[in-house]
This record gives sequence, structure tokens and C-alpha cells, in this order.
Amino acid sequence: MAEIKTGAEIVWECLLREGVEVVFGYPGGAIMPTHDVLSKLEGKVHHVLTRHEQGATHAADGYARASGKVGVAMATSGPGATNMVTGLATAMMDSSPIVCITGQVSTTAIGGDAFQETDVTGVTLPVTKHNYLVTDVNDLAQTIREAFYIARTGRPGPVLIDLPKDVQNAKIEFEYPTDPIDLPGYHPPEKASDEQVAAALELINNADKPVILAGHGVLMSGAMKEVVELAEKASIPITTTLLGIGGVPASHPLNMGMMGMHGEACTNHAIQEADLLIACGMRFDDRVTGKLATYSPNSKKIHIEIDASEINKNIRVDVGIHADLGTVLRQINPGVKKQDHSAWLGKISDWQEESSERDVLLNSEGSSLLAAQAIKGIWEGTDGKAVIVSDVGQHQMLEAQYYEHEDPDTLVTSGGLGTMGFSLPAAIGASFHVKDREVWVIAGDGSIQMTITELATAVQENANIKIAIINNGYLGMVRQWQQLFFDARYVETPITSPDYVKLAEAYGLPGYRVDKREDVIPTMRKAQEHQGPVLIEFVVEQHDMVYPMVPAGADLDAMIRRPHQESEKLEL
Amino acid sequence: MKQTLIALVEDKPGVLNRIASLFRRRNFNIESLTVGHSETPGVSRMTIVTDEEELLRRNVIRSNLYKMVNVIDVHDVTETPCVVRETALIKIKADGAMRGQVMDVAEMYRARIVDVATETLIVEVTGESEKIESCIGVLEPFGILEIMRTGKIAMTRGTVMPRNGSA
Repeated sequence: MAEIKTGAEIVWECLLREGVEVVFGYPGGAIMPTHDVLSKLEGKVHHVLTRHEQGATHAADGYARASGKVGVAMATSGPGATNMVTGLATAMMDSSPIVCITGQVSTTAIGGDAFQETDVTGVTLPVTKHNYLVTDVNDLAQTIREAFYIARTGRPGPVLIDLPKDVQNAKIEFEYPTDPIDLPGYHPPEKASDEQVAAALELINNADKPVILAGHGVLMSGAMKEVVELAEKASIPITTTLLGIGGVPASHPLNMGMMGMHGEACTNHAIQEADLLIACGMRFDDRVTGKLATYSPNSKKIHIEIDASEINKNIRVDVGIHADLGTVLRQINPGVKKQDHSAWLGKISDWQEESSERDVLLNSEGSSLLAAQAIKGIWEGTDGKAVIVSDVGQHQMLEAQYYEHEDPDTLVTSGGLGTMGFSLPAAIGASFHVKDREVWVIAGDGSIQMTITELATAVQENANIKIAIINNGYLGMVRQWQQLFFDARYVETPITSPDYVKLAEAYGLPGYRVDKREDVIPTMRKAQEHQGPVLIEFVVEQHDMVYPMVPAGADLDAMIRRPHQESEKLEL
Repeated sequence: MKQTLIALVEDKPGVLNRIASLFRRRNFNIESLTVGHSETPGVSRMTIVTDEEELLRRNVIRSNLYKMVNVIDVHDVTETPCVVRETALIKIKADGAMRGQVMDVAEMYRARIVDVATETLIVEVTGESEKIESCIGVLEPFGILEIMRTGKIAMTRGTVMPRNGSA
């Protein structure tokens, strides 16, 4: 039944029909008509007022990653929209499904440098999966439907809808379109061909030293069970990318841990020595491969990837399968022969033993707190069951090494873009979906200060997040590079912080400071008892390093190792 | 051999910009790009020539194009038998005395004189790029004032190009 609706009302009707329960946004001139409709929607949808549009976009992203649903952010034209660019680029690199709706100046003013006018579809073109400028209110509903469909299907990603103010105000006789979405140029792939399955099986069944590379695609495709089935059937060790963490339980005996620049040494040795790599939903990022020319030189490679343009982009593969990962593994697994690969697994286990001897946690001399100890403490204090939203830097890599994730969607982090400031707003977003687990932010003192303004949002929403700031007084990862590659010239990396406990108090949330190992768990308990946001500052050793490390552009197994515990004292 | 792609794209505002932007940000180099209406209303057809010769890189370019929402289909016809044509308009300095000689050259290339003025002529020549290069070379000594080339258009010989799913 048709009724008269404004463009702004159509926006919300479409969002509600997409199942949207929460929108992260910030009002402003050109989006006011759309925000105004919220006054009539009480109880149907919750709008979270972030303190910056970047925060809104990260929050939508965090919500999307924790829930598997499409996250929605809303902002005004011009600066509101340009503030979203970092969030869009973050979501784009990590294939996170979000829809951003931005106000735009009226169609009659577009192109005239009106107040708060920016060519937003132009600016965001390279950092969105797709974007739209809606100039006719009659196209609006179908555009929003398409945007959600594009965001969540195929390789997910951000979609932006730019909505001029006069289109928001225009009234039409409206009926929600129900035709199937028909995009002539958009066809997410489905399954592998019989030839591809046969070619993959030929390699898998004849490999002596296979390794599974499990990426973000394992989680996005929901292929956790299938990957483990493949691994168990043929006794194939697994290593994950940063975003693949949680796709395979950390405790699984075949899971070696994270690969790449700060991956465990055994994973990188295994990749370099392998005779077969089975790449599942990952894209051979430079942080994963090291020097391309010497990457896993003797292996055949199978690449199962939903985005065809990733196949043969960085690494030449022998069998490229452009399809949904879970579907492909269900095609492949029945033909996989049982194998035990005992010699290969034995070799890996020797490497693992050697690594664990170097574990920084064994270095317990002195009483100062190490970042790894704080993070291991968070793991213990949450029984390894929290959703961790980590930021970017040393703490992020230590989190990946020391917080053992058993379940999918329990690590939310900016992997591809490496966006400092991501964690706090993303955790606020995640907290709107995650109700049965704790949500912990792990951020550095540099990262947290980039978006610390969102503490106010957390308080206003009473978001149940615990914020761990790993404070080493430096931009630690850059400092680490300076120590290793710039003759320890610590240029512009010492960074001061406010008194976080007082800051927390000023924002209206409990704040604690921990600088001793024995205080980590007791302080966490206090934070856990409080329903709502709590901040804990962990004051840690300043000159700590993240090992192992593959220098940028070096061979993957040319790792700088953690100094051996007894023979070489940890240089602090 | 240069890569030749035929792309069918939705005839919507900004699509050309999306494609040009893709080539720029992926660091692919466009040699020429032509666009016009196709046999289907709402669908434009592009012929894109890149300087990429290596097959795997060519596939990456094609798959990047294909994944764009507004791109309906892409075919790499580099190794497919094709009719490939380009048109050039060449303005030549030629007064009455020289006209005859220019017209003789045009005749050899099956080119046409499409404009005559007291001091200049415009020659329109169509063909494969080599023919156009050659024609320009021969006209050079007369004094070329302006050249406008369309870039290549391509169509596969014989079989009709399939739509969807084959890229």
C-alpha cells in the first residue's frame, strides 16, 4: 500500500527492513532531515552519538565484525563525510560490511562549492566497494537495498550512499520495492569447477610438507569447521593471518599460530620449507609474505579466494579457485586422503619447542611489568573468552601472540590498513552486539589518544567495555624500528599521556593504574564487577620489543629472534 | 603484444571515472580507452588497451575490472582474432599546389579528404594502428598541424561475444 513518505523517512524504513538495530552517527546540516525522523522511531532503532565521524565509522565496523551483520554509520556532508574516509579505508582493507549514509548539499547546489560541500562519492571511490549519489528520491529505496546487498555479499566491504538534502526532503508516494535485486555486473561466485577440485586434490593428496594458510575468509565464509576437517583428515598444520585468528581454535594441536612479520618462528619456517601451501581466504599481504621473490620457494600453491583479483596478484599460484571458501572445502574434503605427515609435524614441533624456550614470559626477573604479561593477564582474567578489540602497534602483535582465541569473531582489529585509534570506537560498536562475552579494548598509549574522545560516547551509552591501555611512553612499534633500523634515534616517538585515571574520572568512568605483575588480575576483577566502561592503564616496560620480527622486505625466515632466555639476557 | 580488453559497462554517471580511477590506483597503464553505446540500451561498450603483456598480470587487470559493480562483462581479446580499428583525423598544411600530392597519399591509404581550406586539408584515415602510423609518417613531410586519434575499437571475429560469467 502506497503512502506519502519523505526521502528521510524512506531511509529509516529501508534500514529497519534490513534489520538494522543500531546506527552510529553524528548530525549536521545536510543530514538533519534524516536524523529528525528518529524522533518518531523511539524503540525501533538506537542511534549512538559518537564524538567524531571517524568513531562512528569504526563503531559500525566493530559492530559488523563482531556480529557478522552490516554496520551502519551516518554523517553530514563535507567534513562529516571526509572524517569517515579513514573508517571506510579500514573497512575496505579488512572486507568489513558497513553502509555509510552521508548528507549532501541539495542537488541544485552540487558543484557550486556550497557550504560543507565535498565531492564525497569522488573522495571515497577508492576506499569503498561501491558508492552511490542518489539524485532522485524514487531511486532511494532500491539504492539502499543494493547497498546492503553489495556490502554483505561476495567479498564484503563498505558502501557509501551520498544523499542530497533535497532528496531527503522530497515526498513521494512510496511502496517498499520487493523485486529481487538485479545488478547486471555483480555476481558473487559460488563453487569450484570439477577440474579445480581435481587439481587441488592431486596436490593435497601428494604433498609431503603441506601447510594451510587460514585467513579472514575462513571467518567471513563461516568455514571454520571445514578448514579443521581438512587439516585433521590429512594432518596438515595450520597457520593463520592476523585477521584469521579465531578461525581455528588456538588450542588445536595443528594450529601453529600466526604467520608473518611477527608470526611464530615455526610458522614462517614451515611456510618456507613447505611443498604445498593451501591458502584459504587470504591475500598474501606483504606483512605475511616478507620478500616475495623468496617466499615459500619450493611449494605448489592452491589459492581459494572469493575475490578473483587477489589470485596471482602477489604470489603466483598453481591452482587458483575463485569461489566461496566453505563451499569449495565441502567439495574438496571428501576426496582428501587420510595422511599422518608425522615427519613433517615432528619437524614443526621441534621448531615450536625451540620457540617456547625463548618466550618472553619466562623472563621473570625484575618486577617491572611487561606488555606481554599484561596481555597474558587479560587472557587469564577473561578465561580467554572475551572479544578483544585491539589497536595498532606492539600491543596488537603481542595480543595476537599471547591472547589465545578459541572462537571466531573474538578478535576485532585493523589488520590491512593498520588504523591507529580503531579500537575504542570499534569496541563501542561491538558492545552493541556482544552481550554474552566481555569486550576488552587493548590499545597503546599512542593509539588510544587518537580517538580518546570516544570515552564520552562509551559513558553516554554505558557501553560495557573494559579499556586496557598498554602504556610504554613511546609509539612503541616505531620505536622498535628505530632501535633496529635507525641506530636507536628515537625521533618523535617518546609520547606523553594524560593521567588516565584522572581522565577517566573526568569522563565519568572508573579508572585504575597497574604497574606490578601481581596487580593485573586483582584490578581486572574490580573492572569486571562494574557494569559499564572501565579504564585500566598498564604501565609497562618502556623499551620492550616484539619478537620474532621479519624486517620489512626480508626473507620470511630471516627473523630477528627473541634473545634466548639464559644465554642472552633480554635487552630492556 | 599489448593487452586489449572489451568491457560492457552500465551506462550510468561516473562509470568512466570509476574505471579510470581503478587503473590509476592499481598502477595499471592505459594506452587507449574508447567508449560508446552498444547494441543494448543502457549498456556502453569500452575497448581498453593496456601496456601489460604478461598473462597473469593481464588476468589481474581483467578481474579487477570485472569485480566493479557497474562492469557487466570483460573479455581479454588480446589473443582472440579481432577486427581492430582506429580512426585518425590529420590536419595538413597544404596549399593549392600541394593538394594533389596529399590526395594521392590519401588514395594509397584509402583515406578521405574531409575538409579543404585554402591553406589546410583534413585527412580521415581508418585502419589498424600500423596503417595509421604509416600514413602519418608519409604525410609528415607536408607539415602536420594537428592529429586526433580515436584509440582502438575492437570486435571479435565470427562468434558473438557471450555475456556474463565468462570473464
